[in-house]
Amino acid sequence: MSRGVIAKTLHEFTNALERTLISEDSAHGRGLLQSLDPRVKLVGLLALVVSASLSRKLVVLGVLFGLGLALALASRLSLFSLAKTVWLVAFGFTFMIAAPALFLVPGQVLYKLPLGSLTITAQGLHGALLLMVRVETAMTLSALLVLTTPWMQLLKALRAFAAPVEVIALLAMTHRYIVLLMETANAIFESRQSRLVGRLSGREQRRLMVNTSGVLLSKTMEMGDQVFQAMQSRGFRGDVKLLTDFHLRRADYLAIPGFAVAVAAAVLAGR
Amino acid sequence: MHIPDGYLSPSTCAAMYVASAPWWWSALRRTRRKLLGRGLPQLALFAAFSFVTMMFNLPLPGGTTGHAVGMGIAAIVLGPWASLLAISFALTIQALFFGDGGITTLGANCFNMAIAGSFAAWGIYSLLSHGAAPDSRRRVVAAALAGYGAINLSALLAAIEFGIQPMLFHDASGAPLYAPYPLRIAIPAMMIGHLTIAGIAEAVMCAGLFTYLRRNEPALLHLPSLSEVNAPRPVSGLWATLAVVLLLTPLGILAGGAAWGEWAAKDFSTAAARAQIAAVSHAAPPASAPTGLARLATLWTAPIPDYAPHLAIKSAAFGYLLSALFGVGLILSAAWIAQRLWLLASQRRVQ
Repeated sequence: MSRGVIAKTLHEFTNALERTLISEDSAHGRGLLQSLDPRVKLVGLLALVVSASLSRKLVVLGVLFGLGLALALASRLSLFSLAKTVWLVAFGFTFMIAAPALFLVPGQVLYKLPLGSLTITAQGLHGALLLMVRVETAMTLSALLVLTTPWMQLLKALRAFAAPVEVIALLAMTHRYIVLLMETANAIFESRQSRLVGRLSGREQRRLMVNTSGVLLSKTMEMGDQVFQAMQSRGFRGDVKLLTDFHLRRADYLAIPGFAVAVAAAVLAGR
Repeated sequence: MHIPDGYLSPSTCAAMYVASAPWWWSALRRTRRKLLGRGLPQLALFAAFSFVTMMFNLPLPGGTTGHAVGMGIAAIVLGPWASLLAISFALTIQALFFGDGGITTLGANCFNMAIAGSFAAWGIYSLLSHGAAPDSRRRVVAAALAGYGAINLSALLAAIEFGIQPMLFHDASGAPLYAPYPLRIAIPAMMIGHLTIAGIAEAVMCAGLFTYLRRNEPALLHLPSLSEVNAPRPVSGLWATLAVVLLLTPLGILAGGAAWGEWAAKDFSTAAARAQIAAVSHAAPPASAPTGLARLATLWTAPIPDYAPHLAIKSAAFGYLLSALFGVGLILSAAWIAQRLWLLASQRRVQ
C-alpha cells in the first residue's frame, strides 16, 4: 500500500530540515572552502559552474567534476551525503530525460536493438552523456558553495556584488521563516496524523491538504504582523543595515588565481 | 519545471536573466514603499509560505499526487508585482539552498514561474472575477483557472526554452550540447504532464486556498467578510417601490380593448368583443368559442374576475387597486409561510 499524503509530506519536511541541519553543520566545519572568504568562494565556484555550462567536451567536464570532488574532500564534506543529496538526485531525473535522446536524436547508428527498430546513435549517446555529466558537475559545484558557506555569509557576499539591500534582507528573512514554517507545518501534520483512524478518501485528503495550507497561510500573515511589531520595537524605521566584516586573507589571495586558472583552462579546453 | 544547471546554454541563461531584470527592478521600485514597513516581513513570510506549500503532496483524481507552485494564490493575495518578488525569492532559496533548479538557470525559472506565472494568474483572475459578488462561485472558478493557466504558461515557456536548445546549440556532428529535444518533442512532453497533473494540483490548491481565505481571512483577498455580504440588507426601498407600483396598477385600464389571446369564451358571442378580436388578429374569429376553451372555461371561477371585486364598488381604478393589494398580500403570506416551514425543517435537522 502506498504511503498516505500526510506521511509523504512529512517525509519531505524531514528531508528538507535534515538537509538544512547538515548544511549548517558542514558550513561551520574546518575545511579548505570553509576557510575562504565567502565573496571569493561565491565568484570562484559560480565561475566554475558557468565554465561547466560552456564546456562542450566530456573530458573537460570530467576534470571539472574531479575538481569538485577534490574540493569536497579538502573541505571535509561527507561524500556519502553528497552522493545521496546531489549525485543520485541529479542522476535520477537527468537519466530519465536524457535516456530517450539515445534513440530520438538522429545520426550515425552505433547499435541496433534486437527488438523493434530502435537504434542508438552516436550523436544521441554523446548528447545524453554530455547532459548528464554537465548536470552532475554543475550541481556538485553549486552544492559546494552552500555546504561550505553559512547562509547569512552567503547573503552578505551577494551584497558585496551590489545586490539591493532589501533583497538581501528579504532572502535572509525568507530563509529563516522557511525553517519555522516547515516546523509549524510538520507539527500540524503530525498532530493530524496522530488523530487519524482509518483511511481518508482522495477528496478528504485534498481538503485536508488545502485546509492545512490555509491555516498555515493564516498563521503566516499573523506572524508577519508580529514580526513587524517586533522589528519596530527594536528600532526598525525602514532602513535595512547589514554588517559586512569580510577581510581577504592569505588563503584567499592564493584561491583567487587558483579559481582563475581553473576557469580559464576549462573554458579554453572545453571549446 | 525547475530547470537545473546544464540544461540551457549559457547564452540562453544570460538572455533570461536580462529578460527578468527589468521586472525585478520594477517590482522592487513598486513595492519599496511597502518594504519600508509591514510589507518587508509579510513578503518574506509569503515567500516562505510558497516554498513550504510547494512541498505539500496534493492527492489528485486518478490516484496520483502533484505539487503546486503557489503563484496563483500569491498573485491574487499580493498582486502581480509583490507575487513576482515572493515567488522569485522562494525559487532563489530553492536553487541556492536545496539544489532544486539551477543557479545559472535561475533567471529562466524566475521568468517562467515568478514573472509570467504571476501576471498570468493575476490577469486571468481579474478578468474572470470582474464584477462578481464577493461570495460568488465565479470567483472560486476564476481562482482555479488562474492557477491552472499560470502553471501551464510557465510550463510552455520552459518547454520553448528547452526546445530551442538543439536548434541553436549542437556540435559539428549534430549532437545536441544542452537539452536534446526539439520543440516538437519538448512541448508535448512538458505540456501533457502540466495540462493534466501539475495544472490540476495548482488549480485545486489555488481554488481551495481562495475558498479558505474568503471564509476566514477575506481582508487578504481585498473582499468584505462573508458575514457582511450575507447580512440582511435594509428593504425599506423595496417596500416603497412596491407601494408606488401598487398605486400605479390602475394605469392598466387606460389601454383599450382586451389583451390578445386572453379572450373568454363569452367574448366569441359578443359583437363588440368579436370586432376587437378581428381587429387585433387581422382575421375573423371563429363563429363560436372553440370547444376546448368553452369546456375548460368553467373549470375554475376566479373570485375576483377582471380585477373587479364583487363589492359595491363603482370605480374600476379602485377595484384594480384592491385586487393588487389582495394579490400582493397573498404572495407575501405564502412566502412567509414557506420561510417558517423551511426554518422549522432546518431546526429539526440540526436537532
